[in-house]
Amino acid sequence: MEKLVNDFSFGLFFWQIILFVLLLLLLRKFAWKPILNAVNDREEGIKDALAAAENAKKEMQNVTADSEKLLKEARAEREAMLKEAREIKDKMIAESKDQAKAEGDKMIKQAQAAIESEKKAAVADIKNQVAELSVDIAEKIIKEQLANKDKQLKLVDDMLGDIKLN
Amino acid sequence: MRKPFLLKFLLAAVLLLGNTAFASDSDVEEGKDKKTEIKEFIEHHLQDSHYFNLYGTTDEHGKVHHVGFPLPVILWDNGLQVFSSAEFHHGEEVAEINGNHYRLYHNKIYKTDAEGTITYDEDHHPANVRPLDFSITKSVVMMLVTGLLLLWLFSSLAKSYAKNNSIPTGIGRFFEPIVLYIRDDIAIANIGEKKYKRYMPFLLTIFFFIWFLNMFGLTPLGVNVTGNIAVTTALAVIVFLITNFTGTKDYWKHIFDPLGDGMPWYGKIIIYIILVPIEILGLFIKPFALLIRLYANMTAGHVVLMSLVGLIFIFKSWVGGPLSFGLSFAISLIEVLVALLQAYIFTMLAALYFGFASEEHDHDHGHDEEAELAHL
Amino acid sequence: MEIPSVVGAGLAVIGAGIGIGMIGGKAMEAIARQPEAYGKIQTAMLIAAALIEGIGFAAIFAG
Repeated sequence: MEKLVNDFSFGLFFWQIILFVLLLLLLRKFAWKPILNAVNDREEGIKDALAAAENAKKEMQNVTADSEKLLKEARAEREAMLKEAREIKDKMIAESKDQAKAEGDKMIKQAQAAIESEKKAAVADIKNQVAELSVDIAEKIIKEQLANKDKQLKLVDDMLGDIKLN
Repeated sequence: MRKPFLLKFLLAAVLLLGNTAFASDSDVEEGKDKKTEIKEFIEHHLQDSHYFNLYGTTDEHGKVHHVGFPLPVILWDNGLQVFSSAEFHHGEEVAEINGNHYRLYHNKIYKTDAEGTITYDEDHHPANVRPLDFSITKSVVMMLVTGLLLLWLFSSLAKSYAKNNSIPTGIGRFFEPIVLYIRDDIAIANIGEKKYKRYMPFLLTIFFFIWFLNMFGLTPLGVNVTGNIAVTTALAVIVFLITNFTGTKDYWKHIFDPLGDGMPWYGKIIIYIILVPIEILGLFIKPFALLIRLYANMTAGHVVLMSLVGLIFIFKSWVGGPLSFGLSFAISLIEVLVALLQAYIFTMLAALYFGFASEEHDHDHGHDEEAELAHL
Repeated sequence: MEIPSVVGAGLAVIGAGIGIGMIGGKAMEAIARQPEAYGKIQTAMLIAAALIEGIGFAAIFAG
């Protein structure tokens, strides 16, 4: 203890206090305040930036969710439209098929009727012609047959014979 | 593999060393001389000086030549007396200034007569008058140098922050983590988020000031500023003043009424007769421990280091030389750590005391720690 | 017989040494148990060691 008191130099103590306080004031003004402020600002900046990034991320998520939803809706709509179109197409095809069939049937029937009437007309015509022809033939034959008396009598005989047979 | 080898080597070295020590019986007288010389040299080094000594050489006549530069001496002795320390010729001559005679004796200035006689009292201490000495001594010069260095370093760092958009460059990358460590782990941890800002400039200044001075103490310049009781006392006094001037109502209440409302007044009286003086004593013991710790650590470090270096000159052998060189090298490395550690502990404890002083609520929480400190 | 004050100082230093040793040992145990609290334990250890060291130095200079 005595050594400590002996070693104590008041001058040094005095200078130390003066110099240290001076140094403290100067450093506070020119160094620590700017440094600490800069560091604080930077940290605040980083914090803000992080918060902003977080917000942006959230917004981004919202946006993607929205767009996903839109996409989904659009897809569903497209699907529905396609389905409808397909249905319409099918319906139209079926309708046209039916129509075509009906038309065809009608035409076939008409044709058949025409054919039938033609046939009938043709058959009647043939009948007439055949009757005329046979009448002509019969006229000629009869004319020829009945040219002499004998033959006329013979004919009558034949005919009478035939009738008998019948 | 390495360790046993090292051990064997050390053992062999010690044995060899012992042999050489015994062998040089004839040199005992010389060795003793060397020992006292080294002891004196160390004692001289630990003290402050009026002369900035860079190195000294001894010529063949045994005369010591000092290389360095003299520093101004400022005395208060019936008026201001300013003169150069070169007038003392390293204590060999009596300086005569304005009709007064001064003599340098063991690095202290005494007022003497024209012949420079020094009278001693019964304890063999000089009985001459010592004028008030405000000289710019070696320590003051080093403090100035360190202060200017710190000022230059950190103001340029602050400027680089302003220039580079708050991003540290160059040396700032080394110092910024330290500044942040002091802020986060010393100031905020001990004082609290709310009030730490007020103490930050002081904590940063004292940390870097002590650290830089400690490191300068390890350079061959041979300055021992923080190992000087006056310097550490000044720092501790500043800590004491700041602690008590920023003390809150709660802090003072803690000292003069530590039990609070937990006990009726008549019960407190008996306890307080003992407790309050202890608390008040604690006020002074805290900074006292602070100053003694720094002083003793730095002084002890210097003594050990210089003694080990001195061993080289005592042993003067091929074994003792390298051995003491190796030892002093290892101690030097430890001292580098101690330089940082002591600066850290000083700052840390100062922050702790500030924390106690500026604490406002939660009494019970800090009480145990403070009681512990008070009983120190 | 008067005991020199240096002896008392020595005794005080022994006590301080044991104290710091115990702090160091306990801190190591604590770190081994809770390695994640390393920083906090280290700080507390240094403070406690510094306080005891203060006693030691006070004793040396008083002695």
